[in-house]
Amino acid sequence: MTRAFGALLKRDLTLVARTPGDYTTPVIFFVVCTTLFSFVAGKDIAVLKSIGPGVIWVSALLASMLSLEGLFRSDYEDGTLEQILTAPAPLPLMVLAKAFAHWISAGVPLLLISPILGILMNLDSHSTTILVVTIAISTPTFSLIGIFGAALVISQKKAGMLLSLLTLPLCVPILIFSVSAVSAAADQLPISGHLMLLGAFFVFTLTLSPFGTAGALRIMLSN
Amino acid sequence: MWLWFHKLSTARHFYALATRLTPWLGWLTGLTIALGLYLGLVVAPIDYQQKDAYRIMFVHVPSAWMSMMIYTMMAVSGAIGLIWRIKLAHVACTAAATIGASFTLITLVTGSIWGKPMWGAWWAWDARLTSELILLFLYLGFIALESAIPDRTKGQKAGAILLLAGVVNIPIIHYSVLWWHTLHQTASVSKFGIPSIHISMLTPLLVMTVGFMLLFLTILALRMRAMILETEYQSKWLRQLEESG
Repeated sequence: MTRAFGALLKRDLTLVARTPGDYTTPVIFFVVCTTLFSFVAGKDIAVLKSIGPGVIWVSALLASMLSLEGLFRSDYEDGTLEQILTAPAPLPLMVLAKAFAHWISAGVPLLLISPILGILMNLDSHSTTILVVTIAISTPTFSLIGIFGAALVISQKKAGMLLSLLTLPLCVPILIFSVSAVSAAADQLPISGHLMLLGAFFVFTLTLSPFGTAGALRIMLSN
Repeated sequence: MWLWFHKLSTARHFYALATRLTPWLGWLTGLTIALGLYLGLVVAPIDYQQKDAYRIMFVHVPSAWMSMMIYTMMAVSGAIGLIWRIKLAHVACTAAATIGASFTLITLVTGSIWGKPMWGAWWAWDARLTSELILLFLYLGFIALESAIPDRTKGQKAGAILLLAGVVNIPIIHYSVLWWHTLHQTASVSKFGIPSIHISMLTPLLVMTVGFMLLFLTILALRMRAMILETEYQSKWLRQLEESG
C-alpha cells in the first residue's frame, strides 16, 4: 500500500520535473495576478497595504485552481487512470498521492514566492510571516478540494471555468480565515484561533476529499 | 408500504401518479398563495417601525426557507439515487435545481429591494446575504456541471456527488461568513421557544410558506414529467398510456 503510494507520487513528480511549465506557470501567474491589483490600487501605499493580504490570497487561490485543471487530463486520455482504478491499491490512497504531488509541484512554489509578494505589498515582517504560514496550511487544502473538482470535470476539454465555478465557493471559509489572520497579525492581535480553524479545515478535507474524489472518478470512468 | 415505494420509484408509476395529481396541486397552490397574500397584504397590521415595507417579508422569508430546503432535499435525493441506484431520484435532483436557483434569486432580489429603504443600501456584505449568494453559486455549479456532461446518467451521478460535498460545506460556509461580519436581523422564527414575531404576522408567513412548498411540488411534478417524457419517449407503457387516456 505504501509502496503504491510512493510509486505514484514518484511518477507524478518525475513527470512534473520533466515539464518545467507545470511548476513555473502557476508561480508566474501568481506574480502577474498580484501585480495587476497594484495598478488598480494606484499609488496609495495605505490602500495597497490594506488590500494586500486579500489580493495575494485570491491570486494564490486562482493559481492553485488553474493548475489543477489538467491534473487528470493526460492520465485520462492515455488510459493510465483506468490502470490506477483497477490496481489492487485502494483508490482514495492513490488520489491522496496525486493531491500530494500536485501540492509539491504547484503549492510549494507559491509558498516560496509569497514572502516576496508580501514585501511588494508593503506588509510588515510579522504579517508576511503569518501570510506564509497561512499559505502553507491552506494550499494543501486547495489541492484536496481542487482534486475533487478536477475528478468531476475530467471528461471536459476546456474545464478551467467549470472547475473554478464548482470549487471556488467551497474555498470561501479558507479565504476568510486566512485573510483575517494576516489582518489580525498586522494589528498585533492574537491569531492562534484563525490558524487552528485553518488546520481544522485541512484535516477535514484530508479525511473526506480522497473518498469523494475516488467516488467521482469511479462514476466518470464507468461505462 | 415498501412495495408502494418501490412501485413509485419507477418512471411509469410516478408518471401516472404525477399526471393525476398535478391539477389538484396546481389549484391548491393558487388558493393557498391567494389566501396567504390576502392575510399578508390586507389583514396583517402595519409594522410600527417599517410601516408597509415589511410586507415584502411574506415573499422574501418563505423563498429563503425554500432555497435552503430544496438544496437539502436535492442532496438527500442525490444520496438516495447513488446508494439505491434509483434513477427517479436523480431526475428529481435535476428538476429541482432550477427551481431552487430561482427561489434563491427571488430571495436575493426581494431582500435587496427590502434592504434599500431599511438599511439604505441595495446590498451589504453581511453574513446571511453572502451565504445566500454562495448558495446561488452552488446551485449554478450543479446546473453547469450537469449540463456540461453529455452522458445524462453520468452527469446526474456526478452532480449528486457535488451536492453531497456542497451540503457538507454549507454549515461551514455559513458559520465562517457569520463570524466574519453581520448586519442582518437574526432569525425571528425558530422551532424552539416562542417566536419573536406576532401571531397576526406569523400566520400569513406560514400560509405563504405552505403555498410556496406546494408551488415547488407542482413545478417539480411538471418538470419531472417532462424529463421522463424526454428519456422514455420510445417506451411501450407511455404509448399505451397516451392511447388509453
